[in-house]
Amino acid sequence: MNGTLVVAEHLRGELRDVTFELVAAAAEIGGPVSVAVIARDPSLFTDALSVEGVDEIVTVQAEAEEFENDVYQQVIEALIEDRGPGFVLLGFTVNGMGYGPAVAAKLGLGFASDVFRLSREEDGLLARRAFYGAKVHAEVDFPGKERVLLMLRPGAWAPAEGRGDPTITDLSVQVTAPRARHLKLVDPPAGDVDITAADFLLSIGRGIGTREEIPRFEALAGKMGATLSVSRPLVDAGWMTNARQVGQSGKTVRPKVYLALGISGAVQHLAGIKGDGTIIAVNTDPEAAIFGVARYGAVVDLFEVAEALAELFA
Amino acid sequence: MKIVVCVKHVAVLGDEIRFTTDERDVDEDYYDRTLNEWDACAAEEALRIRERLGGEGEVLVVTVGGPSADVALQRCLAMGADRAVRISFDQTVHDPIAIGHALSEAIVPEQPDLVLVGVQSSDSVQGSTGTALAQFLDLPRVAVVKKVEYDHATRRATCHRELEGGLVDVVEVDTPAVLAIQTGINEPRYPTFRAIKDAERKEISLVSAAGGAVSGYHVRRMFVPPKPEGAEMLDGGPADVARRIAEIVKERLA
Ligand SMILES: Cc1cc2nc3c(=O)[nH]c(=O)nc-3n(C[C@H](O)[C@H](O)[C@H](O)COP(=O)(O)OP(=O)(O)OC[C@H]3O[C@@H](n4cnc5c(N)ncnc54)[C@H](O)[C@@H]3O)c2cc1C
Repeated sequence: MNGTLVVAEHLRGELRDVTFELVAAAAEIGGPVSVAVIARDPSLFTDALSVEGVDEIVTVQAEAEEFENDVYQQVIEALIEDRGPGFVLLGFTVNGMGYGPAVAAKLGLGFASDVFRLSREEDGLLARRAFYGAKVHAEVDFPGKERVLLMLRPGAWAPAEGRGDPTITDLSVQVTAPRARHLKLVDPPAGDVDITAADFLLSIGRGIGTREEIPRFEALAGKMGATLSVSRPLVDAGWMTNARQVGQSGKTVRPKVYLALGISGAVQHLAGIKGDGTIIAVNTDPEAAIFGVARYGAVVDLFEVAEALAELFA
Repeated sequence: MKIVVCVKHVAVLGDEIRFTTDERDVDEDYYDRTLNEWDACAAEEALRIRERLGGEGEVLVVTVGGPSADVALQRCLAMGADRAVRISFDQTVHDPIAIGHALSEAIVPEQPDLVLVGVQSSDSVQGSTGTALAQFLDLPRVAVVKKVEYDHATRRATCHRELEGGLVDVVEVDTPAVLAIQTGINEPRYPTFRAIKDAERKEISLVSAAGGAVSGYHVRRMFVPPKPEGAEMLDGGPADVARRIAEIVKERLA
């Protein structure tokens, strides 16, 4: 076992927050921490990556400006071979999903994804992840594995900060032509509403059942002085635009009050709720994961509550 | 044109959760099952790709699971898939490396032009099976795909990969490839009652595999997480709950 290798994630020339969270998790594991940054011009990132807890930055030059999964896979495999890290940490992100499991499968590494807590036991590392609609947590371990690759849940660790003084190593890795090639990035269409600016979000999920119910919640939001937001299934179904979607693939919001009606609390939904606002959840399922993050919860029918609220705010 | 679709019969827990005696899993008697949402979209997309190519070729669905998982396969057959294979493990396995490996063994002899999987299963949220599978098949892959344009002449597909915040990364991939399909790409069709009845009579090929052949992790224990400290459940009927919500909102926005 020889330290931890963190893979930096960047987009459009900026490091993503998860990179610094991975550094914090690596520091928690203990031992030397190397951060690999793969980019057309990796030197652009070395200053920002020089945070406390990073012992070494390994820069690897790549041809494409943005992420390509074959390139990342080959570079990380070469680095694992070269450095022999005990742990490799990636974000549980869309990019990470494109190559992390392939590296683990190819090299026979211990592997787990969406890990949100780590603890060290006498006989190795314990990772915690959720199962069954996040209603159940599990502790998993990696018996007999010399190396372990973990994909960590974004937001689960506080980002590493403070200046550090890492050494910088340039490594050149020969990669074969990528079979999946990045062509271009396309921004989502600009929305008609900015839910990220709202202090009070009334957020509805699949629990509302049908499209026909939407007007009543639009009306309720109006009465309560709230902005209406939604979970992804309502956008997938074409009932609402992506501009109103809260979550990993939607918007990140920081309201003072987040009133969730009929939302189960999937990890990708919760990823979009930041800050220290008050979450109030209404759900008929007492074991719904949303109750694990809500300050206030009520196990009642959302339509009955909505009706009672409409009367109160008439 | 042959398209393989990998699907999972996912668990849907109710409000009563019981664990197996070794506490390493939830007791199967305490949940229902259904076809994974992401996989329904993958199956639909496979059918549409075939339709766009003039309806020629075969759509094959594969799952890893016990006999009850036949229901998920039958659903896909009713949607229009031609053939189904169920890989039966000697134990319950959640590990995406193990599942990916087992799927690859059943898929290799099929020599598909495309393999579609769902991005994740709603019950395990690992987002890893498709990418592990691609490695075992030694195929290129694209994860989290919200749009596919497959060109059979050039054997290439242009995919829209949906990143964080809804940003789209347009990627060109050589095929055969494994594409992990994201919800919202399509609206899966509802099979007719007749098609469902017909599908129940179609044969499902069975393959047996050892569950622990390769693995990524080992589950030590499962448990229901404690509710966060300071959380408060609002009691009473809807009117009481609404009154309390109104108070909290007023107080927090003041
Ligand atoms: C890469 C990726 C990105 C994603 N990005 C996002 C994202 O940005 N945002 C997002 O939301 N999701 C996202 N998802 C999807 C996410 O995994 C979940 O599928 C989704 O959040 C579920 O939405 P939901 O809670 O509304 O639906 P469900 O999980 O179906 O929950 C509905 C809830 O309503 C409750 N309910 C039903 N009827 C009633 C009633 N009458 N009264 C009260 N409660 C009721 C049920 O008990 C249930 O808990 C993403 C997934 C992936 C793979």
